[in-house]
Amino acid sequence: MPTQTMEKNTKSKAKKSLDFSKEQYIKWYKDMLVMRKVEERVGHLYIQQKFGGFCHLYIGQEAIVAGTVSACEKGDKHITAYRDHAHPIGLGVHPKYMMAELYGKKTGMSKGKGGSMHMFNKEVNLMGGHGIVGAQIPMGAGIAFADKYKGTKNVTFCSFGDGAARQGALHETFNMAMMWKLPVVFIIENNNYAMGTSVKRTTNVEDMSEMGKSYHMPSFVVDGMSVEAVHYAIQEACERARKGEGPTLLDIRTYRYKGHSMSDPQKYRSKDEVEDYKQKDPISQVLKTIEENNLASSKEIKAIQDEVKQIVEESVKFAEESPDLEPHELYEDVYVQKDYPFIKEFL
Amino acid sequence: MKTVQYREALREAMVEEMRKDQNVFLMGEEVAEYNGAYKVSQGMLDEFGPERVIDTPIAELGFAGIAVGAAMNGLRPIVEFMTWNFALLASDQIINSAAKVLQMSGGQYSCPIVFRGGNGQAGQLAATHSQSFESFYAHVPGLKVVTPSTPYDAKGLLKAAIRDDDPVLIMESEKMYGDKGEIPEGEYIVPIGKADVKRKGEHVTLVSFGKIIKVVHEAAEALQKEGISCEIIDLRSVRPIDYDTVVESVKKTNRCVVIEESWPLASISGEIAYHLQRYAFDYLDSPVIRVMQADTPFAFSKVLIDEALPNVGRIVNAVKSSLYVS
Repeated sequence: MPTQTMEKNTKSKAKKSLDFSKEQYIKWYKDMLVMRKVEERVGHLYIQQKFGGFCHLYIGQEAIVAGTVSACEKGDKHITAYRDHAHPIGLGVHPKYMMAELYGKKTGMSKGKGGSMHMFNKEVNLMGGHGIVGAQIPMGAGIAFADKYKGTKNVTFCSFGDGAARQGALHETFNMAMMWKLPVVFIIENNNYAMGTSVKRTTNVEDMSEMGKSYHMPSFVVDGMSVEAVHYAIQEACERARKGEGPTLLDIRTYRYKGHSMSDPQKYRSKDEVEDYKQKDPISQVLKTIEENNLASSKEIKAIQDEVKQIVEESVKFAEESPDLEPHELYEDVYVQKDYPFIKEFL
Repeated sequence: MKTVQYREALREAMVEEMRKDQNVFLMGEEVAEYNGAYKVSQGMLDEFGPERVIDTPIAELGFAGIAVGAAMNGLRPIVEFMTWNFALLASDQIINSAAKVLQMSGGQYSCPIVFRGGNGQAGQLAATHSQSFESFYAHVPGLKVVTPSTPYDAKGLLKAAIRDDDPVLIMESEKMYGDKGEIPEGEYIVPIGKADVKRKGEHVTLVSFGKIIKVVHEAAEALQKEGISCEIIDLRSVRPIDYDTVVESVKKTNRCVVIEESWPLASISGEIAYHLQRYAFDYLDSPVIRVMQADTPFAFSKVLIDEALPNVGRIVNAVKSSLYVS
């Protein structure tokens, strides 16, 4: 990870003095801790084969969702890739519904029909969870297109990984999004690895923020291990979008501590590299701020940690005890048309 | 009734629906200032302005994806592809996003969108510009695929498609845009999924769809002169297929020839033949025969085009074969 570029271009305004309220820090801490602890449990449950499918964990990247959510407004829209377990949590959906989705249960966020990679929740405007790498890039611009068309002030946050940023759709979308000044913030969750292939090995332009510049899109590198830095960058991008000035590209430098998916032996990187990043852990950073500024007593922090444990337990219990789908539900939610004449030939 | 071109019928459908519903808009290459590559959208920019009639760059995947996102967020886009050949670049968004977002979101997000454009061979354009995609897309649950063969069907089906809450693909043809036909003065809808008996007959059922139906009509005329009466069923929709209308006709004629301007393998005709042997077996007096496009890419040479396409002679021979006459 070219940290020198980050220092040069970073939009981080995070300072030692407190820019955010006590409540904000506590909320960040709790939300990120829920994401972390839920994902750790998800990893264990997956190893225990409690559910199938793919499983891509968000551990290490929590500050991106937390900083985005704290800087966004209610009507804003969110769309992301298949690494989507933390997005609903950040947006205020109880993790039990995400967990139930992983289990393929009827109570899941997408009724057990989408699974790990396809988390949706219309109430909080989470429009997926998309499994095809980069498909959500034009879709995100389209969601923003609709809000602009309808004359709202809503912004769309469109997240994708550094791997997806190599899809051709990105360039087609950047071109149109800039031409039409769509209110969209493109967020590269740049964890430096497309599965096992490092950014270095896929391009000779390692600074991904350069990708927006050829379309004259305001583009910035952001420290993704700092929730404050993410918040500021998102806030600025939102202001631009709401003023009708169009999209922004944020190359948010983050790190996933775990493999690309649960089946990844991670032979492409060293243990030292992972350890180095853990020193900059976004949750530890927020906790440090809380402790150093006496925003909460150790008793209060302990209470939060206990509450998070409870939430994780409750989520697993809910998922395990929730009902399975009924076989007849196979034919539901395929068409809006209620009497679509499916070809049914089972004897 | 009035006589209009196929392109005018499509335009009337779009204009009427856009006047009625602010959320309907048209986007695609050359649809606005150029008035449409095939003049389908002529004059629409003047009436609706650049916010609703939108020229795109040549970026099928990008603008199809933008339209899908817009549909998920409450709009009803009409996406014009210059031809369906170019829409292959957008097929990921059609097949992986538009067709699946309703199910993957557990019913929370629908995708009310229309993708339309020219389909099939349109003269000497060689292999990449001459393909038929009806059976490709008919294969995909979550989509609806319609194949209007007349100006009447074009307007009625496009209006139905724009009002439909599911993604609908319209297979038009560069070679049909200038076709003339009668349509009512006022509004009407042709429901998706209902076949149309285009010609009544007794001896054999001819099942077809899209622009090759014109050749089927010619063949039926020629056969009539020999005393052979053909019933022509225009499927109009290939997803879903109105099997009942086909079966009812075959119960009467006891014979069926399917004519399709596409490759034989994994085709609509194969599906019709399967359905008839499964559900009308006892009514068939001869095997279902199909007349197809040759099993090769479509070549540039005029000689090879003629060799590749279904024609009157081949349809006549197929019908006679099904009747065991020579």
